[in-house]
Amino acid sequence: MNTLTRENRDADRTQAEHFIVPPASVIEAGDGYTLELEMPGVTKDGLDISVENNELAIIGRRSLPKIEGALIHHESRPENFQRTFELDPSIDGDKISAKIEQGLVTLTLHKAEHIKPRKIAVS
Amino acid sequence: MRLIRYQAPELTPWSASDRWSTLRDELNSFFELPLWSSFARSGQLFTGWSPALDLYQSTDNIVAMVELPGMRKDNIEISLHDGTLTISGERKNESTNGDKAERTERYVGSFRRSIALPTRVDANKVSATYRDGILTVTLPKAEEVKPKQIQVS
Repeated sequence: MNTLTRENRDADRTQAEHFIVPPASVIEAGDGYTLELEMPGVTKDGLDISVENNELAIIGRRSLPKIEGALIHHESRPENFQRTFELDPSIDGDKISAKIEQGLVTLTLHKAEHIKPRKIAVS
Repeated sequence: MRLIRYQAPELTPWSASDRWSTLRDELNSFFELPLWSSFARSGQLFTGWSPALDLYQSTDNIVAMVELPGMRKDNIEISLHDGTLTISGERKNESTNGDKAERTERYVGSFRRSIALPTRVDANKVSATYRDGILTVTLPKAEEVKPKQIQVS
């Protein structure tokens, strides 16, 4: 199961745009996993999730509120978010669902059918 | 232990976020050790959760913008006392009840941020919105500190 959370950090280097790696949590839930990523300022439209070659890529583009005035204290970073995960072969890449609520992206990953424990009836 | 990070707005020529994110990265890798992971999840060790805060100043308002992804509106508290704005709250670990966390980098638990406001504000007219994980607090400046046009008679 370790490969689920193995990140592909090299994938970021070829990109010209600089991204922030958002904090993430992986939770084993029932017959799959829940993956949570923090992307404040990202709306549903700014979210781009793709699976290619067993690699799950999540990009979040921010649409921050425009605030009038001069910035007098600054801690936030303006960059967009990107993170990639290598999927464990036990995960069904076709069955990933996602939602975003108050800047928290929640992905539900299911284990592939052939991985689930199965009872075999004795005839 | 709770650390209230305080900085007067004029004392921040260096990038606060960079310094703290490096520290956070170090802490994250540290927390991957099994011994520490349960402490990390409780969110109370060291600085816990310290969300990024930006402060803007215009002619009429002071606006604070805080990154608070995945909160409930009801769990955010905003208070104003003696020219200091305090934003605090608690994030509960809702989704992991009964499930096994494989790896966690997200902070859960409580946070508290305080910042001294550069001018006096009208406490009765403060408003706040929480959208897309970003809290925006608008604090209108007190009438006496707003620039006034004086008519020459």
